[in-house]
Amino acid sequence: MALVGVHYRFLLLEQVRIPIALLSSALFPALSLLFFVVPFDYAADPLSATTAVVQLTVFAVMSSFLFTFGVGVADDREKSWDPYLRTLPASAWPRIAGRLLSGATFALVSVVPVLVVGALFTSASMTPVQLLLGLVALFVAGMPFLFGGLTIGYSLPVKVALPVTQLIFFPIAFAGGLLIPPTIFPGWLQTVSALLPSRGARDLVVWATTGAAPDVLALAVFAGWTVATAGLAVWAYRRDEGRRFA
Amino acid sequence: MTPVARAVGVTRRFGSTVALDGVDLDVGSGTITGLLGPNGAGKSTLISLLVGLRKPDSGTVELFGGSPQDAANRTLLGMTPQETGLPATLRVGEVLAFVSRHFANPLPAAELLGRFGLDGLAKRQTGGLSGGQKRRLAVALAVVGRPRLVVLDEPTTGLDVEGRRALWDGIRAFHADGGAVLLTSHYLDEIENLAERVVVVAGGRVVADGDVPAIRGLVALSTVSLISAELPSLDGVVRSRREGDRWELHTADADALVRELVRADVPFRALQVRPASLEEAFLSITERAA
Repeated sequence: MALVGVHYRFLLLEQVRIPIALLSSALFPALSLLFFVVPFDYAADPLSATTAVVQLTVFAVMSSFLFTFGVGVADDREKSWDPYLRTLPASAWPRIAGRLLSGATFALVSVVPVLVVGALFTSASMTPVQLLLGLVALFVAGMPFLFGGLTIGYSLPVKVALPVTQLIFFPIAFAGGLLIPPTIFPGWLQTVSALLPSRGARDLVVWATTGAAPDVLALAVFAGWTVATAGLAVWAYRRDEGRRFA
Repeated sequence: MTPVARAVGVTRRFGSTVALDGVDLDVGSGTITGLLGPNGAGKSTLISLLVGLRKPDSGTVELFGGSPQDAANRTLLGMTPQETGLPATLRVGEVLAFVSRHFANPLPAAELLGRFGLDGLAKRQTGGLSGGQKRRLAVALAVVGRPRLVVLDEPTTGLDVEGRRALWDGIRAFHADGGAVLLTSHYLDEIENLAERVVVVAGGRVVADGDVPAIRGLVALSTVSLISAELPSLDGVVRSRREGDRWELHTADADALVRELVRADVPFRALQVRPASLEEAFLSITERAA
């Protein structure tokens, strides 16, 4: 158990030593809020402002999960450091747990600036209970991206994992309504939106923080994505372990 | 005495390639064993099985009497990471502390840094170390947990002469304290300098196993070198190499070859006779096994 902490700190240090990468991922969602929401009039309406802030926290979690687990794991697999770690007297578990914890930490680090900008420059507001519920919902909302990231990380080389992540990331974020509210989408995009994991993730967190009723189809689809990506992640991990360490 | 590592009848395939074919190997406590063989001979596969990174298709592998895949059996094992794999942004002290935490009674960092000539570098990021320093840090990581067996895969590849000597000293010091070493190397003088026992692996099989003189004795070749414009075909020559007028003749009986040269009345000069190097011996064994 103590080794989980050892691996966690090690992974945190590794990331923190590249401050520009950390800063850009931590600040991008907050900057989006600053440029795409704050200057416009819906920043003045508490409900739309809160929704806009919440959408961007989902965006922050989604991007950090996809990138830390997708690209981060793919990168690790290519380094000879990883097989070396497996010769130390410890199972693979502390390393995996440490990576999950560090991913969650960096997700949190990119969520906080969004909340701060939202509180300072928009009329967004939530009660402490809503905030707490929102954080729990955010954690659940991140699951398909955590598992999806791990699937990419364990099945693709880093040179492929990076463009694949970048390619799927933006359309899924946009069509899921993480950047602009899905209510203003045309009909066909509404349909596409409901089938994406990002839409259910968004609706879940918006529901927890504002009480706005979620799209039921989107929530069901979200649950399906979570189960499917979890299955894929386990499959990809086993296959990778079988290839490299069988 | 129970061996610290053992392979019994180990076979391992990758697809249709047979990487190891019925290999037996015992690494005795406190011994230095050199694994020698051409690229693709199966050395690295054998090591990956012994340290628990892979499983054999058939046969058994033991580390300290148990399965190397069980983490508890790796507490007395030390392995080097490849120096290219060191986490570049972390400091030397941080990497050492991280690895130390996996062991119950690690060596103090200061002592380890001193022993491997890395004093004053604890705060340096590993990406900023020279090749030799990285290599020494990698070997230091192998001994930090006070292991009884250290496995070194190509420990000095790419090092200058001075760096190699420094590393050899570190390895000898570890051995002097009673530690066992299993090493592979491209450098034959490295094996000659360090190993007490040489195991030659070729084509996935152990083709020779003995001390350095025994491996050499196995082929008992001498190298006769001389300068001559042209040589007739000579009886006792196993293999010959020519560079300009300089000839190198490999033979089992140097004395007979020299007598033959004299009898044939061949004009030659700068005659030298020396025992064949381990590399030459190794080539002959491999060719014979093929």
